Amino acid sequence: MPPIFKDPRLQLVAAILIAVIAGLGADQMNSYYRDVVIDIGIAIILAVSLNLINGHTGQFSLGHAGFMSVGAYISAMTTLALQKSMGIDILPWLFLPALIAGGLVAALAGLLVGVPSLRLRGDYLAIVTLGFGEIIRVIFQNVEAAGGASGLSGVPKLSGLAWTFGLAAVTVYVVGCLVKSTYGRGFIAVHDDEVAASSMGLNPTRYKVTAFVIGAFFAGIAGGLYSHHKTFISPQGFDFMKSFEVVVMVILGGMGRTGGVIVAAVVLTLLSEQLRSAAELRMILYALLIIVLMIARPQGLFNFERKRKPRTPVNS
Amino acid sequence: MNEISQQLVNGLALGAVYALIAIGYTMVYGVLRFINFAHGDVFMLGSFTGYYLAPQIAKWFPIPGWGGWVMVMAATMIVCAIIGIVIELLAYRPLRDRPKLTVLITAIGVSLLIEYTCQHKAFFGASQKAFPQLLPTGNFTIGGLSFNSTQFVVLSVTLVLLVALTFIVKKTRIGMAMRAVSHNSAAASLMGISNSFIISFTFGLGSALAGAGGVLYGMTYTGIDPLMGVNVGLKAFVAAVLGGIGNLPGAALGGLVLGVVETFAGGMSGVSTYRDGIAFAILIIILIFKPTGLLGSKQIEKV
Repeated sequence: MPPIFKDPRLQLVAAILIAVIAGLGADQMNSYYRDVVIDIGIAIILAVSLNLINGHTGQFSLGHAGFMSVGAYISAMTTLALQKSMGIDILPWLFLPALIAGGLVAALAGLLVGVPSLRLRGDYLAIVTLGFGEIIRVIFQNVEAAGGASGLSGVPKLSGLAWTFGLAAVTVYVVGCLVKSTYGRGFIAVHDDEVAASSMGLNPTRYKVTAFVIGAFFAGIAGGLYSHHKTFISPQGFDFMKSFEVVVMVILGGMGRTGGVIVAAVVLTLLSEQLRSAAELRMILYALLIIVLMIARPQGLFNFERKRKPRTPVNS
Repeated sequence: MNEISQQLVNGLALGAVYALIAIGYTMVYGVLRFINFAHGDVFMLGSFTGYYLAPQIAKWFPIPGWGGWVMVMAATMIVCAIIGIVIELLAYRPLRDRPKLTVLITAIGVSLLIEYTCQHKAFFGASQKAFPQLLPTGNFTIGGLSFNSTQFVVLSVTLVLLVALTFIVKKTRIGMAMRAVSHNSAAASLMGISNSFIISFTFGLGSALAGAGGVLYGMTYTGIDPLMGVNVGLKAFVAAVLGGIGNLPGAALGGLVLGVVETFAGGMSGVSTYRDGIAFAILIIILIFKPTGLLGSKQIEKV
């Protein structure tokens, strides 16, 4: 490939252009297939953003559905309020600000989780994020303005192919470039060895919190796209199982491998669409997949990088 | 006043079940240093074991009745101990030397596998089932307080099991070996203790207690379903952290405290709808301000 095509900014522009063109042609598409493709786009955003927290930074979060629900509710409530006050015509132009508002509030939630994470590691953090996701769910269940337990319906259907894949491209670009940057190498350093990283002058806490905030922001964007795609959201839709699905994508793709995670997001979304009629079977399959994968191939199914050989000690 | 004491008794009965499960979390954490996510599901399997065994045992021992009840409890505890040992053998043992995160993810996988397999119609089915009555029930009053006899049984059984557990851990050879492995597994194995055996034994002991908790829960709340282990398990874990993870009396204390707090919150208007979030709020607060828990001792991490 000529070097100019390797410039990530050009790749981003190209990806967004393709998404927009595809979006223009999407009207001719079978609406069922279009919905599935949009589902895939949302799954990619979720998986890539969780990959920044779980994969690159090595902080195991089980609360991604919580961040997603914050974005979904905030943006849906914003567009519903705008629709009431301004009429329907201007709405598509206000969709982006609504999404960003959802993302920012989700990022704030990410900050709230990230701060306790500075004292916790591994399995404790996993439980706290799980608990945090549950708390968010309980709160939305009790807030009347968010529709309470019965959920929020009548959200305008604004998430098209162009929006979804344009934003997915932005997510992949931001996460990919961030991790490759000088600053972003710190995430990987924190993942590899926290003590060593801090003795090299990096501040692990800051990296962890940054990862949570950025990951939560994009999860919020994905949530906004989700609510404007399904047009109906309820607190039950953002439970632990939703978080777990995203975690499975990240593990399957290989933690910290953006390409593998995207493949896993596509494959698993298609798979769950195929297994829609046997939903219970799907979760049994996911669980078995995880157990077997952890025992036999912990580096991920779609990770083809060869394992580094352990260095052999000289005198042994 | 009377209502407050009544709620206290209700809370203690709920907390006793939490305590029994929390001990399993704490013991496994002690020897393996990881959270056995599937422990809540062993508790659920305990309830269902009791549910399916009771009609069989009723052929020999009258149920409801004390003899039949003791048999159901004992059989459930044995079955759950075996389940716990098998889970460790199949899922966790192959990962003994892997990073902790790998084991944690596997534990989540095991937990979901149990839940969704049990929900399938070929097994228990997703619907709620009515737990059979194992003991004659009645109400009696002590000093103006009215007790439900089941609550009384739950509290006494928990007390007996806790005393027995303390005896095993503190006074027997195998208990000493458990403490040694928990303290320093490498040194323990140099002293001739088989780590694998002790880990299996710990899983068996913890799972037996969870099974007992499952039967007691079924007797108190009568409705059981394949997902009941999720919430109760998570709350029992919170109880274990609250008391200081790795600390047995702490787990019991944490369970009782959590049960009482939750029951009181459930009775208050305005707070009651947030009841399921309270345990997690407690967890986050305790992890921020006193991560070692109420009774835990501070450990310095060495590099």
